[in-house]
Amino acid sequence: MSSYKELELLRFSTAVSVDDGKSTLIGRLLYDTKTIFEDQIKSVQETCDRKGLQELDLALFTDGLAAEREQGITIDVAYRYFSTPKRKFIIADTPGHEQYTRNMVTGASTSNLAIILIDARKGVLIQSKRHAFISSLLGIPHVVVAINKMDLVDYDEDIYNSIRNDFVDFSSKMNIPDLSFIPVSALKGDNVVDRGENMPWYDGYTLLSYLENINIGADRNLIDFRFPVQSVIRPNQDYRGYAGVVESGVVRKGEEIVVLPSGIKSTIKAIDTFDGELDYAFAPQSVTLLLEDEVDISRGDTIVRPNNIPAVGRDFEAMICWMSEDPFDVNKKYIFKHTTQSFKGKVNELYYRIDMNTLHRQKTSALMLNEMGRVSVRTQKPLFYDSYDRNRATGHFIMIDEMNNNTVAAGMIMTKPTDISELPPEDTGV
Amino acid sequence: MSTNECYEMDHLSALESESIHIIREVVAEFKNPVMLYSVGKDSCVMAHLARKAFFPGKLPFALMHIDTGYKFQEMYDFRDQYAKDIGARLIVDSNKQAIKDGAHPSKLGTDKCCGLLKTQALLDGLEKGGYDAAFGGARRDEEKSRAKERIFSFRDDFGQWDPKNQRPELWHLYNGRVNDGESIRVFPLSNWTEVDIWQYIRKERIPVVSMYFAKKRDVVERKGVLIPVDKNTHLEEGEEVREVECRFRSLGCSPCTGAVPSEVRNIDDLIEELQQARNSERENRVIDMGSDSSMEDKKKEGYF
Repeated sequence: MSSYKELELLRFSTAVSVDDGKSTLIGRLLYDTKTIFEDQIKSVQETCDRKGLQELDLALFTDGLAAEREQGITIDVAYRYFSTPKRKFIIADTPGHEQYTRNMVTGASTSNLAIILIDARKGVLIQSKRHAFISSLLGIPHVVVAINKMDLVDYDEDIYNSIRNDFVDFSSKMNIPDLSFIPVSALKGDNVVDRGENMPWYDGYTLLSYLENINIGADRNLIDFRFPVQSVIRPNQDYRGYAGVVESGVVRKGEEIVVLPSGIKSTIKAIDTFDGELDYAFAPQSVTLLLEDEVDISRGDTIVRPNNIPAVGRDFEAMICWMSEDPFDVNKKYIFKHTTQSFKGKVNELYYRIDMNTLHRQKTSALMLNEMGRVSVRTQKPLFYDSYDRNRATGHFIMIDEMNNNTVAAGMIMTKPTDISELPPEDTGV
Repeated sequence: MSTNECYEMDHLSALESESIHIIREVVAEFKNPVMLYSVGKDSCVMAHLARKAFFPGKLPFALMHIDTGYKFQEMYDFRDQYAKDIGARLIVDSNKQAIKDGAHPSKLGTDKCCGLLKTQALLDGLEKGGYDAAFGGARRDEEKSRAKERIFSFRDDFGQWDPKNQRPELWHLYNGRVNDGESIRVFPLSNWTEVDIWQYIRKERIPVVSMYFAKKRDVVERKGVLIPVDKNTHLEEGEEVREVECRFRSLGCSPCTGAVPSEVRNIDDLIEELQQARNSERENRVIDMGSDSSMEDKKKEGYF
């Protein structure tokens, strides 16, 4: 008999260039947790034989598209899955070289945790800093730095400590609530799933036991109740329910609520689901709310508590990541999609961009593909938003080009005025 | 905050909530969506999630089955009964001309046969219905090219997928904007794995075709795959029909769906077997064996 075990879901992202062994690390995690099946191993083994490789190349398990296998690179974000008796994991596996910003930002947007890989022979390079910066900007609560290829530096504790100190130094001004370090060899397997015998001086978690054990329950915002209405469910005259996701916070039957933008107040009559009514609902549950009063509510409205309302406004500042081949045009109107609202809007001012090679900020009049910049935005109608650092769920938006419908940018709303404190320190290492 | 409230969410509830959100987004933002229904376990879970999303209302879209004519009889019976039970509108479409011309994998090869009976029938069916969004039950863990596909996956006005030019997809903000003739394929089960699907079927008591469970069946062995023998089987010379206790891990057309030897007769044992499994789910699908990028090529042309 197999018993059903409730597993917690942890989403994490990885990035950094192929040389640093990222694909090998993921391959190792999948291989050592027995996630890779024998027919898949057989197919990779055949490829290795054809290429004349001596050992099984674990990186080959993570190449998805034909073009990637041809070129030996990873182009796009790939999602991978594995589970252990403790947790189910979703990996957003992002390439570190081509299109790195766009892909890293995409992978980071849904992650609770980021693994930053550092080559022990090379120390903290710009790409690690870039990844730390993006993780911090995207509000990832947990960052674990895996110092890899320890086998190539004789498993030297001093090298590990020195890299660790460097990293702590440069990241001290970033917003990384939980930072950890683990010395590993993805190739040999030390401290990935199994501890190995080569680093007796290290008595912390292995990477997998860290992933299995960190507390992620406190990552959600359970304070600020926000319920953007997705759609109205009205099967008959007697039933009028508002369907959506509790994006943050908790809501209880009998509580007083207010609807934005109308400002009309009412009380929660019921929290309905297919499986029956609930006394309370919390983020990120999909539920249907019924109100005591007949109120005119439609998609795009947001239900909140009267004593805890988000910012309401047409003007806000944000950090955006430009994701399109077409350059950003300050004079052009774009569609801003935020929770269940979509409005036209434009960027009023581009304050600066971040040079992703140095992490310096620079005055600029344009943003190109894979660049990030600080902007002020004006939308046609008011959005109901929170600052991204307070509420990941209601502080982000995407920009869509009206002509070709492409998603051209991702944005994080910043309510603090532009200042230097959000920026990483001056970079001199590269 | 009350002290007796619990805000923990297990993985199946988290996946369920995410899928319901996706399904509701599609209905809110598209004019004319349809849900592809293949009668397999993933379709059953997807349809169940859709019922949950619009409860107590009925499904606000039809279920569409692309029929190749080569499905197992049990699948047809199950399909018709299920649609009736949940009060869903069922559309069955097929490439009638190709079926009339006798398309069969033994004559055309699997790639061409799938192209005609599945991809072409699907594209024609979607065009005929004027659908701007079509739900599919594909999962990212099934196959390597699927690992990179978006939840809202754009198709041009020929129904084609361009894997190298996909829209970025962040948080759970989905971009469903299309021009006339273009469409979006939506995959609400993207983040589910095979084990998740079965655990959820057990938890929710979702009915599935009994072919997923073992019994003695007549089969022939081809290239190491056990192919069931029924009216669609073209026996080749020297092939011998044997009776084997087996079940199906995934279901497709009878000439191309292999069974695996198994004694699993209930869902607990099935999940146990999966957790011990050393081979992937699609090992018995003849259609994936064409080449290293069989699925990617099919998908570019419009296959699910």
